[in-house]
Amino acid sequence: MRGHQPVYVLFVLLVIGSLVAGQTVARRSAEGPIKIGFLAPLSGPYVQNGRDILNGFLLYLEEIGSQAAGRRIEVIIEDDEAVPAVGLTKARKLVERDKVHVMAGGLLASTGYALAPYIDSMHIPMVFPVISSDDLTQRRPAKWIVRTGWSSSQSSHAFGEYAYRNLKLRKVATIALDYSFGWESVGGFQRTFEAEGGAIAQKIWCPVSVHDFAPYLAQISRDVDAVYALFLGRSALQFMKQYEEYGLKQRVPLIGSGTITDEHVLPFMGDEALGVITPLHYSAALNTPANRTFVAAYRARYKKLPSYYAESMYTGGKWLVAAIEAVRGNVENSETLLDALRKVKLADLPRGPLELDDYGSPIENVYIRKVERVNGDLQNTVIETIPSVSQFWKYNPADYLRRPLYSRSESRN
Amino acid sequence: MGEPRRLILILVVALLIFLPPLLTSYWVGLLTQMMIFAILAMSLDILLGYTGLPSLGHAGFFGVAAYTVAVMSTAYHASFWACVVGGIVVGTLLGVAFGLLVSHVRGVYFLMITLALGMVLWGLSYRWIPVTGGDNGISGIPRLEAHAGLPMTGPIPFYYVTLLVFIACSVLLAVFVSSPFGFTLRGIRENESRMKSLGFNTWLHCYLSYVIAAAFASVAGVVWAYYNGFVSPTYLDLTASSELFLMVTLGGPGTLAGPVLGAGAIVLLKNVISAYTQRWLLILGTIYIVTILGAPQGLWNLRQRHTSRVH
Repeated sequence: MRGHQPVYVLFVLLVIGSLVAGQTVARRSAEGPIKIGFLAPLSGPYVQNGRDILNGFLLYLEEIGSQAAGRRIEVIIEDDEAVPAVGLTKARKLVERDKVHVMAGGLLASTGYALAPYIDSMHIPMVFPVISSDDLTQRRPAKWIVRTGWSSSQSSHAFGEYAYRNLKLRKVATIALDYSFGWESVGGFQRTFEAEGGAIAQKIWCPVSVHDFAPYLAQISRDVDAVYALFLGRSALQFMKQYEEYGLKQRVPLIGSGTITDEHVLPFMGDEALGVITPLHYSAALNTPANRTFVAAYRARYKKLPSYYAESMYTGGKWLVAAIEAVRGNVENSETLLDALRKVKLADLPRGPLELDDYGSPIENVYIRKVERVNGDLQNTVIETIPSVSQFWKYNPADYLRRPLYSRSESRN
Repeated sequence: MGEPRRLILILVVALLIFLPPLLTSYWVGLLTQMMIFAILAMSLDILLGYTGLPSLGHAGFFGVAAYTVAVMSTAYHASFWACVVGGIVVGTLLGVAFGLLVSHVRGVYFLMITLALGMVLWGLSYRWIPVTGGDNGISGIPRLEAHAGLPMTGPIPFYYVTLLVFIACSVLLAVFVSSPFGFTLRGIRENESRMKSLGFNTWLHCYLSYVIAAAFASVAGVVWAYYNGFVSPTYLDLTASSELFLMVTLGGPGTLAGPVLGAGAIVLLKNVISAYTQRWLLILGTIYIVTILGAPQGLWNLRQRHTSRVH
């Protein structure tokens, strides 16, 4: 039994050690720097997306020397593991222990819904650069959340109309991941596409953990003008590959959500991605001075193309700093900081101009992009710019909000 | 050996009562979490440590009770007591139903059936979208203080409510395990066929022990729903169940103090280590392995054996 004693002592020491260390950190947080709490998945299946978000943020902070309004900016980074429950725990830690002044980050819609009530109760503004759940700025608005990314159905509203009018599609099948981002994006596409006179022939939903698309691809009707697909990360890579392998690529053109050809997966794709048309509020191939500078800086720093995730928090960082400058660095007053965050308006962003509507959701350009090979590399060439798209598309906000949120069970007609 | 243990107990309870007002809200929150998980771990220990039934679906009851509170309080705006009673009753009834399925089997079969049932519950929470909200979970559960009509709000009052529940559960469980019924359970763990030949209805004992464990897990689930203000499928998936399993095995199965120690240590390590390194899972894994190798009977049993050897 004596042999076990060191284990016990070691364990107790570890626990005590972590306690003591925890207290010293808490004490250090008195006066001084502006503290920004950052949350993103830095482990688990969404690590790439999370890293990109963080990279964009750090790149911007490096550019401004981590200073705003004469105060130093300190970023406290936490890993939410893409699990809503963990995100909430980490947010608690950032707010209650690290005493951050403002927070930013998040990837999954479910994390967004989990954080919203807590953020509202603690009165800490949080910038959502990516989380797109429609209702966060629609039917269940969260006062303290400032969204600088997009809402799920925002670009697909624009795309539904474009698909009918410009791509001359009449009958489309959809295949998408079975969760709120999928439902809302497909719902937005369906609404405007059908309003023009198009028809959604079938809707196929794949579980988020899907590994093999064979059973789903077999269901796709060959009698449609195009297939609208929504995937991201690993599932996007796998889907594109299998879509070609099953000989569908030659018979039915592929369109879809911007995430299926986003730069976080595009470099890993081959010819199977060529010709795919998608909408998004960003493309690394966007030919504007602001974007060219950003892409060059990002490539120099991280040796890869910036994805929309990377751009999201570069812009998010710029947004935060603009608001901090507007309140002259007085971040301790969270009410005025929130006001300032809502009033920021930036024009020279990589993605183009950006401002928020009365509901706290971005009004920004939506780009229709087509995958092409340029100088040997795949890129999302912008073939059309739809300017100043709001989360409500062309609808009256009040009427729009009377309809229920897009859901999986949306009828086919 | 009884004296020092009682002293420790009094000291811990005194600390739990008087320390929190001196701590920051973050640490009060952590302590609250520890106590909630301690209740849950003790309830699993009834099965795992006392009856010898390794359940891998125990987080299911916790989750179902939490979901019940969430659904009742957000969709139906039920009153506080309706939510509390509803959560506990639904969780317990689920134990009554599941118990019929699992109490006939032992060993690895018990492990597998409970695992499967746990996955069914997880699948239900994930796919029954109109009720559970699927992956999004349910947020917006009212704060306990407001819902129960308490005059004070904040982490401290909530802490004391949890402390009260924790002490009540601990006392009830302590009475339970030292009752003749509890001793019978231990007998079943050691040698079921002998207990059978002594005339005990071992099936009924196992069944009741399963239901009682489910009931206490539901209590923890109800408190958790109010603490967190949010429920999602991650609270009842396999990871949650196995983490719970680890709390009990790490702390020391077959004792009540062991699971409390295990739950406290894991909640603490999870929250504190992860603040310093992104490789915290690696550290947690190492701790598990070292403990299993160095103290296969759990930390608490190790300590206890030391004292008994000295005396």
